[in-house]
Amino acid sequence: MSVLAPRRSTLPGFGLTMGLTLTWLSLIVLIPLAGLFVRSTDLSLVQFWDIVTSRRTLSALKISFGLSFAAACVNLVMGTIVVWALVRYRFPGRRLFDAIVDVPFALPTAVAGVALTALFAQKGWLGAPLAAAGIKVAFTPLGIFIAMIFIGIPFVVRTVQPVLIDLDPEIEEAAASLGASRWHIVTKVILPSLTPALLTGFALAFARAVGEYGSVIFIAGNLPNVSEIAPLLIVIRLSEFRYADATAIAVVMLVVAFVIIFAVNRLQRWAQAQAST
Amino acid sequence: MTIEARGVVKTFGAFKALDGVDLKVANGELLALLGPSGSGKTTLLRIIAGLEWPDAGEILFDGENALDRGARERHVGFVFQHYALFRHMSVFENVAFGLRVQPRRIRKSEAQIRARVKELLDLVQLDWLADRYPSQLSGGQRQRIALARALAIEPRILLLDEPFGALDAKVRKELRQWLRTLHHSINVTSIFVTHDQEEALEVAHRVVVMDKGRIEQVGSPGDVYDSPATAFVHGFIGESIMLPVEVTGGAVHLNGRPLDIVAEGVAPGASTLFVRRHDMLVGPADSGTLHGAVTHVRSFGPVQRAEIALTEGSTIEIDAPRDRDLRIGDRVGLKPRHYRIFAGG
Repeated sequence: MSVLAPRRSTLPGFGLTMGLTLTWLSLIVLIPLAGLFVRSTDLSLVQFWDIVTSRRTLSALKISFGLSFAAACVNLVMGTIVVWALVRYRFPGRRLFDAIVDVPFALPTAVAGVALTALFAQKGWLGAPLAAAGIKVAFTPLGIFIAMIFIGIPFVVRTVQPVLIDLDPEIEEAAASLGASRWHIVTKVILPSLTPALLTGFALAFARAVGEYGSVIFIAGNLPNVSEIAPLLIVIRLSEFRYADATAIAVVMLVVAFVIIFAVNRLQRWAQAQAST
Repeated sequence: MTIEARGVVKTFGAFKALDGVDLKVANGELLALLGPSGSGKTTLLRIIAGLEWPDAGEILFDGENALDRGARERHVGFVFQHYALFRHMSVFENVAFGLRVQPRRIRKSEAQIRARVKELLDLVQLDWLADRYPSQLSGGQRQRIALARALAIEPRILLLDEPFGALDAKVRKELRQWLRTLHHSINVTSIFVTHDQEEALEVAHRVVVMDKGRIEQVGSPGDVYDSPATAFVHGFIGESIMLPVEVTGGAVHLNGRPLDIVAEGVAPGASTLFVRRHDMLVGPADSGTLHGAVTHVRSFGPVQRAEIALTEGSTIEIDAPRDRDLRIGDRVGLKPRHYRIFAGG
């Protein structure tokens, strides 16, 4: 009997798939990202620090991450309500609404940007009444916020929907027969069961909003320090041939995004463990 | 608490789940709803619990209309077939749930809740599992936790839907005895649904046999077994031999040949003769009123089961004592010791 006899597995092909996975991930994700870091080493630490802490960069990062976070929060709440309506009730046009949810997925982001801008511009359908009320949406941070909500909503809906569909209605009946009010059933039984999916949806919507470019730049107005998002600032630096500046901002975005996604991921794991152990 | 159902009707689309059900359950009784799937037994249980509303009819608790109140206000303990435990809560929190969601003015203090949960976990003998989560428990343990959770709110009525349906045979047997003992100690009016006749006959004080949305018979386990009221009950409970016969003027004919049994006032026409397997006595070929040849013999337990091809055409299975020597090919005479004839083919 040889020690080197191949071990039999009911799922063959581990070596092949693992090799392909690593190669592919390296080619598509890791090598380009590493290139980014390498490029930013053209700068000295002091230069790097100066670029990153300049007022314009900090404002752009704050706008990108802050508004993305806020938009993801809104999407979390509204997305959950949309999912609830789509899953729990039967109403005319339900399938149509269900399909409409996917529109932000499929629409070219520039088209979305133009449409939103037209809608919220001073003379647009929504822009005009809002302007009358003293609220200006287009060409302000509020416009960025709305564009980010628009592109993020399907992520929450599509992640939570299958989990809510699978949720056993007997669980709710059990809670009701134990005397729980509707409010208690939702807060103590249903939402905790959905938590892992909600966190995933939140993380995806957030990540998408941080990376969003096309739809935002049309509606944002792009005033430095006011309504200029970080990805746009990178593009501006590139067009000025200040490649090192661009990569420095990109590296910061990458690191922050990674830290946030990692944290959400941990939180989600924890929630999942709570739900299934 | 007494429960009364009056003329309860429930349809799901074109399917009539309950077709006019009347039932009275006495205080402290342990009642079984027995029937094949689709007989409406679970629907009746869910209507009593307030999880479903009837299209017509009344449900009364202690003579008061219960249909005004939803599941939440009925104070009914319900145990689901698949337990419906809250997966994100520990066993302790599952049992405590009903106490924690009570309105603030009547809610117990944390110390009282802890004491009550401890008491219930002791009652179901699972206090050592308090910190576990449902997914870490076996089926039988989950069932007992589901029961403890239902009992936490001190229900006036306990309803169990196929309580042992998802468990293996051995655990089922243990839990049956345990449920009987438990009912004896807490003495809450209880109804359980089952499709397993052995379970119903062994555990319940009274058995309600249902078929196609109607109650066929209500009686003690002895009653429904020994004196079935309808052909369905006779066929469903216990194992019966069924032979198509013709009744003419008090005489019973099988394939045109008269049998040595009386028709007991059954109206003339096509009817069915029911005999329990062990009530068919085996004798020599020239005795008895039915005749045939043994085609198969299997011995197990206290009896031997023989397959007999009757000269009248059908093949029947009977249970004979082990000491009666039966071999394949033997010609035998058969005589039913007890039998029932019900009109209808």
